[in-house]
Amino acid sequence: MEAWWWPYLFILLAGTLATDIWRYLGVAFSLRLNEQSIVLDWVRAVSTALVAGLVARLIVFPLGALAETSLAIRLGAVAVGLAVFFALRRHMLAGIAAGEAVLLAALYLYP
Amino acid sequence: MSDRDDPTSLWQAARAGSARAFSVPGAVLFGSFVGFGALARASGLELGQSLFMTAFIWALPSQVVLVDQIGSGAGLVASAVAVTLTAIRLLPMTVSVLPVVASRSHSIPLKMLMAHFVAVTVWIETMRRVPDLSRDVRVPYYLGLSFTLVSICMVANALGFSLSGSVGVPVAAALVLLTPLYFLLSMLTAAKASVDWLAVAAGICLGPVFYTYAPGLDLLWTGLVGGTLAFGLSRLRFGRQAKREDAG
Repeated sequence: MEAWWWPYLFILLAGTLATDIWRYLGVAFSLRLNEQSIVLDWVRAVSTALVAGLVARLIVFPLGALAETSLAIRLGAVAVGLAVFFALRRHMLAGIAAGEAVLLAALYLYP
Repeated sequence: MSDRDDPTSLWQAARAGSARAFSVPGAVLFGSFVGFGALARASGLELGQSLFMTAFIWALPSQVVLVDQIGSGAGLVASAVAVTLTAIRLLPMTVSVLPVVASRSHSIPLKMLMAHFVAVTVWIETMRRVPDLSRDVRVPYYLGLSFTLVSICMVANALGFSLSGSVGVPVAAALVLLTPLYFLLSMLTAAKASVDWLAVAAGICLGPVFYTYAPGLDLLWTGLVGGTLAFGLSRLRFGRQAKREDAG
């Protein structure tokens, strides 16, 4: 069995260090790097696509209780959330509330 | 409103920053950390480990990726690579937010402490509010805002973790859905240039494909292929438009 502290060390190395290294590099570069530089544009595109890929995966291949729902219900909830979000000129709170409401309604009506 | 946002003493500034945490973005963040708590439990983590992540990582995409990697039994190096790729976005955010808050006279350790709090919500609220404040109260305002947001999110994290075990499937599922929904909509809220829209679309299309054919390295491939595709397309096809939007 692994020691109790191992998960915390794992989090510090693979989580904190892996995350904060970019913040600390940001401190180092904050006076020198041009934010409009082409490399940063590419880096931003890569990280945006990565997070978008994670979003799709969490919806198509979900974890936990969400895995017990059907793909059609999940996609329907996200679609309605997106529609409300754009209809109200990118209102995040309304989009999230609409998506969640559709999911809850569908799960209570078709358990 | 203007009275509260125009603090004179350091303590007043810290309290004004703290009050800003109780705002609409703060409420969304609360909800998504409730979702994170539920996700962490669903992936087999302990409450203490998930709270430790919120305090010491403080970047929801990194935390979700790490929880996912731990849940799927990935090793230390694979997890670190996946997390660090997600966190690269914090570099330009830190570079742009630090000069607004701190000045050359502030020490490097203080700047590193402030940099640790750079994340989407802190960044948005700082860029919106802090430029109106006088130079000498910006650091306490920023730290007040950041510490309060972290505290709120740790409460939300614990709440989501304990709720997801005792509520029925519909509510637990709704909590897990909060995180991807919040990520998706906040990316679309932040999207300005065509490259942003293309990257979101490419990532959504490629994510499930790479997960099916290259599980483990799927996020890395999705980011590199989708992001490069979006970047290249926006430069070639929408080059002029992208440049104009960047400048605007």
